[in-house]
Amino acid sequence: MSRDEQQKTTIPFWRDERILRFLGQIVFVLFVLFVGALIYQNMKAGLAKQGITLSYSFFNGVSGFDIAETAFPYDRNSTYWQAFLVGLANTLSVGVVGIVFATILGVILGVARLSTNFIINRLAAFYLELIRNLSLLVFLIFWYLGVFLKLPRVKEAIIWPGDIILTNRGVGIPWGIPTASFPTFRLILIFGLILAVIVFFALRAYGQRTGRAPLTLLWSILTFILVGLLGWIILPEKPLTLDLPLVKGLNLSGGKILSPEFMALTSGLVLYTAAFIGEVVRAGIQSVSKGQVEASRALGLNAFQTLRLVVFPQALRVIIPPLTSQYLNLVKNSSLAIAVGYPDVFYVSNTIQNQTGRAVEMISLVMVTYLAISLFTSLLMNWYNQRIKLVER
Amino acid sequence: MRKIFVVLTLFTAFVLALAACGGAAPAPSGETVTVKETVVVTVEVPVAGSPAAPAVVAPAGYGVTLETVKARGNLICGVNSQVPGFGYVDADGNFAGIDVDYCRALAAAIFGDASKVEFRPVTAAERFTALQSGEIDILSRNTTWSLVRDTELGGNFVHTTFYDGQGMMVPADSGLTTLEDLEGGTICVQTGTTTELNLSDVMASLGVSYTPAVFEDADATFAAYAEGRCDAVTTDKSGLVSRRSVLPDPSAHVIMDVTMSKEPLGPMVRHGDDQWFDIAQWTVFAMFAGEEFDITSANVDDVKANATAPEVRRLLGLEGDLGLKLGLTNDFAYNIIKLVGNYEEVYNRNLGPDTPTYIPRGLNSLYTEGGLLYAPPFR
Repeated sequence: MSRDEQQKTTIPFWRDERILRFLGQIVFVLFVLFVGALIYQNMKAGLAKQGITLSYSFFNGVSGFDIAETAFPYDRNSTYWQAFLVGLANTLSVGVVGIVFATILGVILGVARLSTNFIINRLAAFYLELIRNLSLLVFLIFWYLGVFLKLPRVKEAIIWPGDIILTNRGVGIPWGIPTASFPTFRLILIFGLILAVIVFFALRAYGQRTGRAPLTLLWSILTFILVGLLGWIILPEKPLTLDLPLVKGLNLSGGKILSPEFMALTSGLVLYTAAFIGEVVRAGIQSVSKGQVEASRALGLNAFQTLRLVVFPQALRVIIPPLTSQYLNLVKNSSLAIAVGYPDVFYVSNTIQNQTGRAVEMISLVMVTYLAISLFTSLLMNWYNQRIKLVER
Repeated sequence: MRKIFVVLTLFTAFVLALAACGGAAPAPSGETVTVKETVVVTVEVPVAGSPAAPAVVAPAGYGVTLETVKARGNLICGVNSQVPGFGYVDADGNFAGIDVDYCRALAAAIFGDASKVEFRPVTAAERFTALQSGEIDILSRNTTWSLVRDTELGGNFVHTTFYDGQGMMVPADSGLTTLEDLEGGTICVQTGTTTELNLSDVMASLGVSYTPAVFEDADATFAAYAEGRCDAVTTDKSGLVSRRSVLPDPSAHVIMDVTMSKEPLGPMVRHGDDQWFDIAQWTVFAMFAGEEFDITSANVDDVKANATAPEVRRLLGLEGDLGLKLGLTNDFAYNIIKLVGNYEEVYNRNLGPDTPTYIPRGLNSLYTEGGLLYAPPFR
């Protein structure tokens, strides 16, 4: 057999690397499916042995328990499903409030960490090192038992200026109660929002055309506030009346009462996550080469303009991906609410599981819920990341 | 590189296969069922002249738990670790309490050795899952008998060992005396309990609005109460008495003179093994009977040596074969009383007048003294 002939012969499929790779993948997928089916069968057999079947029909039953904090009407005659939704709404409110405040605090910390002012710089560094090396559960319990439950009892409430009442039953803050003219006011606010968006795009177009750098965002926010204020003054009846919190009987009433559980959970999560976001922001800013700053200063931009127009847009590209994981961490960590007794989705599901004995159903539902929240958050952040990433030509 | 990949794949597959086997392992009883098929047991009745007993057909699962426990060499008992008098870890690190002593009595009945028991603390939330999954052999954790738990949760309640009712504790200086006084107040309660549901039921029927503050375990609930997070705390009255004893200032708290529910507390076993249920049940009755016949751990040997009354002789295994019928040794009741004590001894040790968790016996007295404790005849 000559060399030429040998090369012409086709390779048998069991030695063809492309086919082998393909087959390997198929075998692996089949294997994973097989293991999954085995686990599922085992679980079903185990449950069947004890006469338990899998079903979500119990969800329509009357729950029979009360929940302290509900975003919408709920009482003991509501169904388990409504109880679950109450928990979900609480998780989302902690997630949203937590993300907003953690981001603001985190950016401040990150910038402070790079400050040339020695004291600010050292203080920020100390805070970041301290918080990042604590256990979150310990931190939360500290805030709950060590801070918010140590506030004075209702009868000896501390009253801060601005009618903020601090007690171990909760923190009462003044809150607006909608009146008859509120729907009109809401329309005015929507109009203001539209106007603000128009101002935003107009200023941006102006900036691109002339090469100047107007404070686009600031002006559009000001527009919104101006329209809101005008509406507030023009309307004959004020759209919101201020409701002040006060001590009544055994508890606080009026205003908005933030329970110690909510306060402990959000402040714990915000202060903890902000430390990580601070490091992310610092890393992002430091990733912009020094030459960029020097060049922009040479062009005559001042320090603020340098930060806003040159450093931040570039730093964001580095910041967004790790920031996304911090957001996800915050939402997932909120399930530690169970340690301080805040009725989030995991906590309510636990109660339902106890009262009905439906462990498999509830745990799987909670897992799907967290997965959905996390995927949605990443989706948003990935979309934003696409928007700001470096366009390479 | 590719070699490494192949090796890794094989390794992963191996681990997964192991995991799959591990997943199947906790259900050895399932395998036994398929092997066992139907066992026909013919019982010889020792009484002369009586006809042969009909063949008994044992259902699937019958006797599996006792076999497992014997093969393992100890009993795994799910208990509370946070309620003094019922289930608690004492200053020396030992488990103590009436529920704990019941586990010891069961171990004494099976092994003739009260120490062959492993206590596994379970929370209110995880207790039923632990029992269903076979992680524990029996649940003895001040658990209230209710219909749903008896059916849907896949368990059976053994005879009640402590009759309780739900109560409400408030600070003494609060001036609150009735449930209506709690209008608009906050009430601390533990999650996953019948207490949580009773509270909601009672308050709804009284038309009193309140805010619940719900916690994961008893320690957290009472810590929050001690900090003044809530105006009142509710749980079984026995639980209130025992938890009050560990509050910073026990005398500063009073238990309201209201009973909000019936709370029969007792051990619970899994569905499907009637022999195990019988053993658990008659362990309770042996403790009742011990008190009824004045047999204590101190005098049991004397009684055994001199007993003439037929029922006492049967109880202590001198006559008949009651223990064998349960699948135990004939002296199982003797072992329970000798090694752990009768009901009165166990009660006084944990909840008696000399303990910080003193609860008057009330309903938990013998039927001869106006209580509800009544053991069926040992024959």
